[in-house]
Amino acid sequence: MSVPALSINNLHKSFGPAHIIRGVTLDIEPGERHAIIGPNGAGKSTLFNLISGGYHPSSGSIKLRGEEIGGMKPFKINRKGLSRSFQVSNIFSNMTVRENVRCGVLYSMGYGYGFWRNVGNLHDVQRKTAEILESVDLLDKAQLPAALLPYADQRTLEIAITIAGGADVIMLDEPTAGMSHSETERAVALIKQATEGKTLLIVEHDMGVVFNMADRISVLVYGEIIATDKPMAIRGNEKVREAYLGDEADAIEGDAA
Amino acid sequence: MSNIATDTMISLSPSGSQKFMQRTVPLIIFAVILAVIPVFGPSRTMYSLLNAMGVNIVFAMSYNMLLGRAGLLSFGHAVYFGLGGYAAVHAMGAIEAASYGDGGFWAGYPVFFLPFIGFAGGALAGAVIGWPSCRRAGTPFAMISLGVAELISAAGFMFGSIFGGEEGISGDRMNGPEMFGLSLGPINEVYWFIAFWTFIGVLGIYAFTRTPLGKMSEATRDNPERAEFVGYDPQKVRYLVFIFAGGFAGLAGGMSAVNYEIFTPEALSLAPSGMVLLMAYIGGIRYFAGPILGAILLTYMQSMMSDYSEAWLLYLGLLFIVIVMFAPGGLAGIFGGLFRGLRGDNPAASLRQWAVQITGIVLMMISLVTLIEMSVNWSNNYGEVFEPFGMHLPHDGVLTWAVIFIPFVAGVGILRKALKNKEGQA
Repeated sequence: MSVPALSINNLHKSFGPAHIIRGVTLDIEPGERHAIIGPNGAGKSTLFNLISGGYHPSSGSIKLRGEEIGGMKPFKINRKGLSRSFQVSNIFSNMTVRENVRCGVLYSMGYGYGFWRNVGNLHDVQRKTAEILESVDLLDKAQLPAALLPYADQRTLEIAITIAGGADVIMLDEPTAGMSHSETERAVALIKQATEGKTLLIVEHDMGVVFNMADRISVLVYGEIIATDKPMAIRGNEKVREAYLGDEADAIEGDAA
Repeated sequence: MSNIATDTMISLSPSGSQKFMQRTVPLIIFAVILAVIPVFGPSRTMYSLLNAMGVNIVFAMSYNMLLGRAGLLSFGHAVYFGLGGYAAVHAMGAIEAASYGDGGFWAGYPVFFLPFIGFAGGALAGAVIGWPSCRRAGTPFAMISLGVAELISAAGFMFGSIFGGEEGISGDRMNGPEMFGLSLGPINEVYWFIAFWTFIGVLGIYAFTRTPLGKMSEATRDNPERAEFVGYDPQKVRYLVFIFAGGFAGLAGGMSAVNYEIFTPEALSLAPSGMVLLMAYIGGIRYFAGPILGAILLTYMQSMMSDYSEAWLLYLGLLFIVIVMFAPGGLAGIFGGLFRGLRGDNPAASLRQWAVQITGIVLMMISLVTLIEMSVNWSNNYGEVFEPFGMHLPHDGVLTWAVIFIPFVAGVGILRKALKNKEGQA
């Protein structure tokens, strides 16, 4: 069996007396599209921050392709090939769309903290930037200031920056939050295309998106994963139904129907 | 795919002629202005003013590498200006000693290139002091910079052999090998030295904005968290930018050392640190050329307005407050707005709008200047009276208060109306 792209083992995180992540264990295979769902306050964002370096684990291990990354600084984890997006649009708002993506490209192409090169002359960077913009369909808006983009385009730009560095493990935190139905459809198609062949870890509230995209789904409730399985099996899982009361349970069953 | 991408790459990045117009032409114009000024035969006073402007332009630009480009508010940038300047003054002394003594390295070092020493001194100081202070951005950075400024300016009066106590350290620029046939004796020759380094400084700082580090400094300013998730350590970005900003401040210090042939501990103190903040902000921190405008205006005010009015610092403070409140883009933002208006759909309307606003501002200025000058004269108790244009305006005259109140009310009224019109149009 191959080394998992991401392997989380008995992970715990407490903030003072609040025990938020209570022993999460999860293996994600290379190329897998994995979704994490769960009710509000289950600890999904905390788990995301732990994996991407935003928080220090209280105990347990996080391995990226077999290498321990728990507690590393985000920029180090990013250089190892794990990239993430944010729940709220987190872009460089005073720059143009093109400059935003270029910032995502620079480090991965080895230009680091260089102060002896003119970015205008880095043709490989320009080419890569154009390719990324093309793949997310933002080419025609490349010269606009990022802050002026419509919301859905800002979310797209967020994804573009996330994939720009060429990371092969991509984590998306509610990529379709706040989008209309048609925007969501477009975003899903785009995410599928842009993360082709990569490992994808996604947190999402929209059940339609989750069941449409994910190869496997993990359900996080009160800091514990109560089930990890294929979408069909998750729908039928009794524990998952118990965890989701009211509307959200209907949503799961509705999709099953 | 790769074909399309290559085509789009070409269309995405600015074309050669665009680059030339937007980047090369302004630099050429700047160089031409610097080169043409001596043709008009400036007076000695004018030359010394121009030289001071050159120093301040580089200093203010270096400051804006932090404030405008990296989002770091420093209250102690004069520390790097001063330490670079002291390094240059000491090197100037070494050149003098070596050319009368047994030679050696310094005997062959031209005074013309002392700004290099200043750059090295400022960058070194930045590298040492920046290490602890760049760990945090925002308020902690500002507080630490203030503490460092206090520390170094106190040290300036303590370590006599380095800073020369209250008299400072002086030197003689007319030693060592000459460069470009400049003895650097007369002030018009010093002008060429200042003009050369002003251009080099501006060019260097501009080139820095085009590098990967320069771009990531802007990215870190906008969103440090995101910068971290594209592989950059925000602390390291800030630290490296800080070293360069210190280096260019030191370069300005080196220019100043040659220009004045003396450095005193006042150069390290909070006053010049505050002044450079004002220059950059009044000029406009979001525009590359902003600090140049600010440096020119404030240097002019500093040396010229102090002849006309002892209250000039009050006017400086007023100007700063007005800019912060009403024109956060600074002078560059104001000029940019005017330029866009003239090129817009309705230049006549925007010109009218500007004329109205300027009328309002001038009226308010008449009122404030009268108030300030009248008060200053009255409080000095020398029996002097403010007498502009043959008017006699004592503190208890009816005319005085009429000149204060009527234009003020009229000015406020006009500006409010102009503002309403603007909102109505928008």
